Amino acid sequence: MILKNLMIAASATALMAAGASAETLRWARAGDALTLDPHSQNEGPSHTIRHQMYEPLIIRDVTGAFEPALATEWGPKADDPNVWVFKLREGVKFHDGADFNAEDVVFSFERAKQPNSDMKELIGSITEVRAVDDYTVEIVTDGPNPILPSNLTNLFILDKGWAEANNTVNVQDFEGGEITYATTNANGTGPYVLQSREPDVKTVMVRNDNYWGIDQFPMEVTEIVYTPIQNAATRVAAMLSGEVNFLQDMPVQDIDRVNGADGLMVKQAPQNRVIFFGMNQGADDLEADNVDGKNPLADVRVRQAMSMAINRDAIKQVVMRGQSQPAGMIAPPFVNGWTEAMDGESTTNLEKAKELMAEAGYADGFSLRLDCPNDRYINDEGICQAAVGMLGQIGVTVNLDAKPKAQHFPLITDGKTDFYMLGWGVPTYDSEYIFNFLVHGREDDIGTWNGTGYQDDALDTKIKSLASNTDLDARNADIADIWRVVQDEALYIPIHHQVLNWGMADGVGIEVDAEDQPKVKYFTIK
Amino acid sequence: MFAYIVRRMLQSVIVLLVVGLVAFSMFRFVGDPIDNMLGQERTQADIDRLRAELGLDQPFPVQYYKFLKNAVQGNFGVSYRQGRPVSTIIAERAPATLELAFVSGFLAITMGIALGVFTAIRRQGIAANLIMTVSLIGVSLPTFLIGILLIYIFSVELDLLPSFGRGETVMIGNWSTGFLTASGLKALILPAITLGLYQMTLIMRLVRSEMLEVLRADYVRFARARGLSDRVINFRHALKNTMVPVITITGLQLGSIIAFAIITETVFQWPGVGLLFINAIQFVDIPVMAAYLMLISVMFVSINLIVDLLYYAIDPRLRVDARAT
Repeated sequence: MILKNLMIAASATALMAAGASAETLRWARAGDALTLDPHSQNEGPSHTIRHQMYEPLIIRDVTGAFEPALATEWGPKADDPNVWVFKLREGVKFHDGADFNAEDVVFSFERAKQPNSDMKELIGSITEVRAVDDYTVEIVTDGPNPILPSNLTNLFILDKGWAEANNTVNVQDFEGGEITYATTNANGTGPYVLQSREPDVKTVMVRNDNYWGIDQFPMEVTEIVYTPIQNAATRVAAMLSGEVNFLQDMPVQDIDRVNGADGLMVKQAPQNRVIFFGMNQGADDLEADNVDGKNPLADVRVRQAMSMAINRDAIKQVVMRGQSQPAGMIAPPFVNGWTEAMDGESTTNLEKAKELMAEAGYADGFSLRLDCPNDRYINDEGICQAAVGMLGQIGVTVNLDAKPKAQHFPLITDGKTDFYMLGWGVPTYDSEYIFNFLVHGREDDIGTWNGTGYQDDALDTKIKSLASNTDLDARNADIADIWRVVQDEALYIPIHHQVLNWGMADGVGIEVDAEDQPKVKYFTIK
Repeated sequence: MFAYIVRRMLQSVIVLLVVGLVAFSMFRFVGDPIDNMLGQERTQADIDRLRAELGLDQPFPVQYYKFLKNAVQGNFGVSYRQGRPVSTIIAERAPATLELAFVSGFLAITMGIALGVFTAIRRQGIAANLIMTVSLIGVSLPTFLIGILLIYIFSVELDLLPSFGRGETVMIGNWSTGFLTASGLKALILPAITLGLYQMTLIMRLVRSEMLEVLRADYVRFARARGLSDRVINFRHALKNTMVPVITITGLQLGSIIAFAIITETVFQWPGVGLLFINAIQFVDIPVMAAYLMLISVMFVSINLIVDLLYYAIDPRLRVDARAT
């Protein structure tokens, strides 16, 4: 009897595998979504899964440009700069068949502003969302907000009726362990419908044949099987053995191997993440150095010299195996305010660096500790090791202290490090985001990741004024001015932009997106 | 007898409490969970609020006391990473680990005993020597390397077996089993071998040396003199007498198969409690770490307790001592 059951099960799985394999995207990456609730957990892998099933008003396409999703047109209201008007797409239905209209948008924004929501900071400037008619919505902000659309690309819309019927009007209390219907179920307007989900094990989605854009996008994948595989070697083995045909989080040391394998290829693009070192220049004296009574990092010449000592090309070749793009500023390319000229400003010049050190009175060098994560960025510890050697050439003796991210990041936010590595991504694609967190002096709710101790009142005022400056040309001029100060002060030592690698089997067609957010509706598959 | 049992039970409880205390004093060195839980946009106010909400602002003995108070009521708290009750998550994950442990334990015992007897009887044979040499690999290679090697050979090169996961599973009540589907059974093979290899070689070497010892004993020589067949001598007399230490070791190893499934589960992305624990360490998911460590120590303590009680039943000298005092 058991044997018979076994054989039935075996033949059933064999049949299923044969029938559907042609259009199934078997997708693996290191981590899983933490929850399906659209407004809980503002985090990459969670958004990636949601993007297949839910939609925001606006999304970013593979190039990072805005593309209409549930909104078809948007712009500031002619007579009131505090209001943005969104025209909604008509004829869209949720997965359960309910119609999409302005009521759902108003409901979703209100839900995203609840205390348990993880998205509330991103839309903190919004004071009211009102439906003008069934397909027009006005969003009111507490002052002119020129970059509001950038904050909406991960703000998903769910059906009011569905949420009410299933008791999920409130965002789940994630830290309190609350599980709501929306944690494990999804009802969006998106191109794929949830079929089954086991957290950390497997999530299966099937194509939504009633999707509004079914003729507009390739939509060639009929089924998505998403499996998190944590161990890097196992992940690559699964791709090499053909069990997986799309892979994120590709380990850099295996790229050549996958590229060399039959029927597999790796595509790459610069990622929305820049890696750099921060230096504590604000303290009167450093804790972990050998200079008493003064802070060598407070001298701009020392900071410039340290930046000049770093050979970014060597790091790219040796540590990153070619998988990086040397950086001269701490903004990823394609962020508003990034310029090619500034990104090329970091040059290696040991002679000049030694001169600057001597001018600053540190001809014999000094020693300090470098805090570095070892499980956060691509080859993070290797980069730090390389930097130790390079800084040694100008007499700066660095003691490397590498530890897991859970121990590293509190050092920066608590101000307990003098010299540290940090990486930064810019979800809004605008420099203001960088200035708010990394350049503005540290206060309770701004400058929270600025571990440099740098503070300049005039600059802070300028940074704060960016938020409500609707004159885009004047705003961009201010952004350029602020960057000039950051560059001249050598506030940070930029290292490189990370490069993103996606592995795919022949037949799977997609371009790498800088946000590491694959949207399966753009995929072609043979 | 009763006093002995009570004394051993009390000792076990003390061991458990100490394990918990050590675990809680270590957690703050693993890192700060707050940082993983809140995105990069969080403010100091968010951090303070969450820290107070989770009770992380209190000294670790207080945190430990609260954990114990809830744990005796069967409440192990809520996972920081998944936002679900820890008891639910562990109950979901336990079948995967137990099935894997069962299969690899079974493999280790049957193969270990069979090969041990074989190498003891055919001490000089080429096959026996080959097995002994190869078994060194099982003892000396680290588990993750064996796992990766097996994946490389059987998944990547030969394309016979899956490299990760459990395959299709079937729910029987609350128990998800991989025993009933072809892909589930195929997925079991590589992890079970990886996990059981060390135990198998250990049992094999133990059986072999015990067997060699017994085969030299007087009663075996007399049995031979009586003209009994080799088969009867080897299996009825010799093997039976080698089993006592083998059973003890096997019992203790069963605990370590479950506890050390961590590495095998990570390599094969096996969705069991070991993988859960590794994820918890990386995320500093204190409730999951605490529950897992307590669970494992309960398991070891009870295995030891049972073994002690069995000794008491088997060894008459312990009983005499107890009566004398």
